[in-house]
Amino acid sequence: MSYKMGDFDVAVVGAGHAGVEAALAAARLGCKTVMFTISLDQIANMPCNPSIGGTAKGHLVREIDALGGEMGKAADKCFIQSRMLNRGKGPAVHSLRVQADRVKYHNYMKNVCEKQKNLYIKQAEIAEIIVENGKITGITTSLGAVYGVKAIIIATGTYLKGKIHIGEASYESGPDSALPSKYLSQSLIDNGVELRRFKTGTPCRVNKRSINFDIMERQDGDEDIVPFSFETSTEGLENISSCYVTYTNSKTHEVILANLDRSPLYSGRIEGVGPRYCPSIEDKIVRFSDKPRHQLFVEPMGLSTEEYYLQGMSSSLPEDVQLAFLRTIDGLEDVEIMRPAYAIEYDCCNPAQLLPTLEFKKISGLYGAGQFNGSSGYEEAAAQGIVAGINSALKIREKKPMILDRASSYIGTLVDDLVTKGCSDPYRMMTSRSEYRLILRQDNADQRLSPIGHDIGLISDERYNRLMRKESLVKDEIKRVSTQNIAPSDEINAFLEKNGTSPLTTGCKIADLIRRPQLSYNVISKFDVNRVKLPADVCEQVELQIKYEGYIEKQLVQIEQMRKLESKKMPENTDYRQIRGLRLEAVEKLNKIQPVSVGQASRISGVSPADISILIVWLQQRKGE
Amino acid sequence: MSTIAAVSTPNAPGGIAVIRISGNEAIKVAEKIFKPVGNKIISEMKGYTCAYGYAIGSDGKKLDECILTVFKAPHSYTGEDVAEISCHGGLYVSKQILRTALENGADNAAAGEFTKRAFLNGKLDLTQAEAVMDIISAKGGRELRMAENLREGAAFKKAKAVSDKLLKILGDLAAWADYPEEDIPSVEPQNLASELDVVYSELNSLIERYDYGRILREGISTVIIGKPNVGKSTLFNCLSGCERSIVTEIAGTTRDVIEESVKLGEVTLRLLDTAGIHETNDIIEEIGVDIARRRLEEADLVIAVFDGSCPLTEDDFNLINNVKNKKVIAVVNKTDMKNCIDTDILKQNIKQIVHLSAKENNGIEQLQRAVESEFNLNEIDFDTVSAANERQKRCIESAQRCIRVAVEAVRNGEMLDAITVLIDEAEQFLLELTGEKTTEAVVNEVFSRFCVGK
Repeated sequence: MSYKMGDFDVAVVGAGHAGVEAALAAARLGCKTVMFTISLDQIANMPCNPSIGGTAKGHLVREIDALGGEMGKAADKCFIQSRMLNRGKGPAVHSLRVQADRVKYHNYMKNVCEKQKNLYIKQAEIAEIIVENGKITGITTSLGAVYGVKAIIIATGTYLKGKIHIGEASYESGPDSALPSKYLSQSLIDNGVELRRFKTGTPCRVNKRSINFDIMERQDGDEDIVPFSFETSTEGLENISSCYVTYTNSKTHEVILANLDRSPLYSGRIEGVGPRYCPSIEDKIVRFSDKPRHQLFVEPMGLSTEEYYLQGMSSSLPEDVQLAFLRTIDGLEDVEIMRPAYAIEYDCCNPAQLLPTLEFKKISGLYGAGQFNGSSGYEEAAAQGIVAGINSALKIREKKPMILDRASSYIGTLVDDLVTKGCSDPYRMMTSRSEYRLILRQDNADQRLSPIGHDIGLISDERYNRLMRKESLVKDEIKRVSTQNIAPSDEINAFLEKNGTSPLTTGCKIADLIRRPQLSYNVISKFDVNRVKLPADVCEQVELQIKYEGYIEKQLVQIEQMRKLESKKMPENTDYRQIRGLRLEAVEKLNKIQPVSVGQASRISGVSPADISILIVWLQQRKGE
Repeated sequence: MSTIAAVSTPNAPGGIAVIRISGNEAIKVAEKIFKPVGNKIISEMKGYTCAYGYAIGSDGKKLDECILTVFKAPHSYTGEDVAEISCHGGLYVSKQILRTALENGADNAAAGEFTKRAFLNGKLDLTQAEAVMDIISAKGGRELRMAENLREGAAFKKAKAVSDKLLKILGDLAAWADYPEEDIPSVEPQNLASELDVVYSELNSLIERYDYGRILREGISTVIIGKPNVGKSTLFNCLSGCERSIVTEIAGTTRDVIEESVKLGEVTLRLLDTAGIHETNDIIEEIGVDIARRRLEEADLVIAVFDGSCPLTEDDFNLINNVKNKKVIAVVNKTDMKNCIDTDILKQNIKQIVHLSAKENNGIEQLQRAVESEFNLNEIDFDTVSAANERQKRCIESAQRCIRVAVEAVRNGEMLDAITVLIDEAEQFLLELTGEKTTEAVVNEVFSRFCVGK
């Protein structure tokens, strides 16, 4: 039994962090968009930790915001504690992280989607995609409703054939006891999509009244709160809650080791591949047996609930074992579990099947985003969501796709890693994954990406003009401090010596003082007599661009080299067997990945510099013909 | 495109060798490494003109007298500015000049790169393109295999050890930056600087070892031994090819090590303790004395000389016992006289036996073949070994340069995020030796060593 329910441009399957960004981007770009979710109550849910941002993830959130996404604004509205991590380790690794109110965040995002023009939200389970002649034409729900669509974005998270494991028990389920998506996998496989099984896990939630916070270390938010969104004003932002730190001990470890045989991971009942960076507590204890204790964070789930999240204690041991080991921990002696920890297995695709637009190479109009693409984390998901949403809309409007390269952003790095190298375990963003991290700072995400967002149509003229004004202020001020001098005087030399740096014997440029590691733009202000008061974000850019000038130049040279190769485009559907001189291994890899450029080809493992030379010669030869 | 350089004549001794430099900076590089005689100014030379002068090493010393030929784009083989230095043939000199060019801003040309550039600059017609691809492919494959072989080499293993050390440092930095909330030891600039100092000096010693591979540069360190009157000095004279005075007399001491280098076909033999050649200072007598034993141990090759005109003596047997665990070639001298030696005993102990007459300069080719076979030299393509070696060395030198800058930056109190990028770059160069990628290697390092996660 099937029935027609209308026509849309874009269908988004899933309304998690990837789905929401994808649907909002497509709708905002004028596409008639339908977003399907198995439950309206799960829109932008946080089934794991109640936090947004963190190292490299904070960068992603700012980049999403700079492109015109929603995550940063939502986090600014719903946070209950905010911290800039890694202060003191250098601006490239500064990362914003907030604790968010989970329920409030869900309500906020659901409401933004509900109000969004062109966006229609439907509670339904998608059963099939309809492909005709290699192109998406429609989508079917499990009730038999058929929608005609031009593009589909799969953002199914952990729902696809989801299976939860708790100790010896296991059952089909999506996250947070939502229904799993049972049928879509088969339809994808039937259409030639290669699927595989990953797993992830989450710790238990416990009741606040059963926690003794008095003997835990308290962790408060920052005094100066920096918002995620470049549109959020810093006025009125405040920390409401605290987090706490406590530790496991030898007794905890004894309980866990004694019950390992009851873990589905160790008995082999879980076949999915888990993330390396996010091991369960039993994994940590087995793999790092020399560590006498492991740290855990006790974090509030929101203001309207007494639930607390135990970060660091993800587990798939049976419920009784969970309770037993938790109660060995300082402050958790009387703890009451509300939701047990669980591991969840799910279907996802091999992202090497995707183009850098996140569209499937073999099915025109089919896109993947988020955990479905093998990543992990809300921020990674949202980043792919906005990329897929934008590209589906650009394709429908027959415009050039948005491909962000590795030097443009962490988003570009994430997508490039996924589609070029694939992933063997759930992919998490880290600052060490970017070779250009001195350029890709969280503080300049707007300068890097908002012009692109503006071009596409997701950043308003007003916001763009504000950015241009900021940039010209930065440029003028850098010019001023690079040309104006400070003369030596007793006063400044006393100041310099006090700060542990050498006194002046002759006059020097203001910029040269700012460049000294012991000094900053702000501390020398009283000696800089011509200085006009500038906004804090302008001062920050002036300081960073001066201090890091040498490094930035170095990275710009590397970027230029990279972009040269990136601009040499490979024709679609190249049969690499036809290219004389390529090694067999290279031919296989190149045929599989079908790189869009020589640059992407050079990052495929198994493709040697000699192979790249041959590709360049081959391209040149084609051009000549 | 970068400026590239290579020795473009075959890598074998010959009358002349040509070092070709091509690219925007070719003339600038030539100016740095070539001093014309007279007042010719290289940058003002026209295309297709020559200058006579000297190739100058980085230490400012003259390397060889040479001819410089200048070609101006697009009228050159590659279509770019080209400088060609013709020097006297010989592996050592041409490699030295190439190295100086590389130290002065040129990159080592990849296999077939001159031709590739010629093609890309429209100097070759399209039908030649496929031939170019075949060349790149074949040479690339050979170099890959050669790199594979070099992985077994001691220098490579040492480089790998340094690279692992750097990877550990990067892992520490990455974990510390990416997991600020985990209880991971923080990275202290002072420790970092001293760890990097260690890496720097290890790279330094590595570069010294790498210099073209020891065999190509230094030759094979060789000891010639034998009892008195077997013809050691005659053999030496015969090897060095002329009646030059073989050694300078070092007054009063026979224990000073004197070195003489002689050419034997492709390779150079570095004869250690040529003093031992003197009939009066019989090295056999010194065996048992520490210094002599060490000399034997350090040698790559022992040439044990026996008198073919007499039966083996007690001294000969002692000698055989002392050398049989080394790479050794037995020379049975005096084939010009009646053969009285029982070579069966020799054969039982020494694999390579060469019969020759040093006096009549007869049988030296056999000795050369024995050396080549003992060191598997005939299996090595000298061209690719030196190219692969040179590339590895360049990687290590570049890595070292980055480390030097990084150490300075740490000492200056600069932020660790910036310093990490410098160390990253150094590691990138070292990982080029194994074909890995830094970011991936560091991420793997973090996950394998640190207990991190939610």
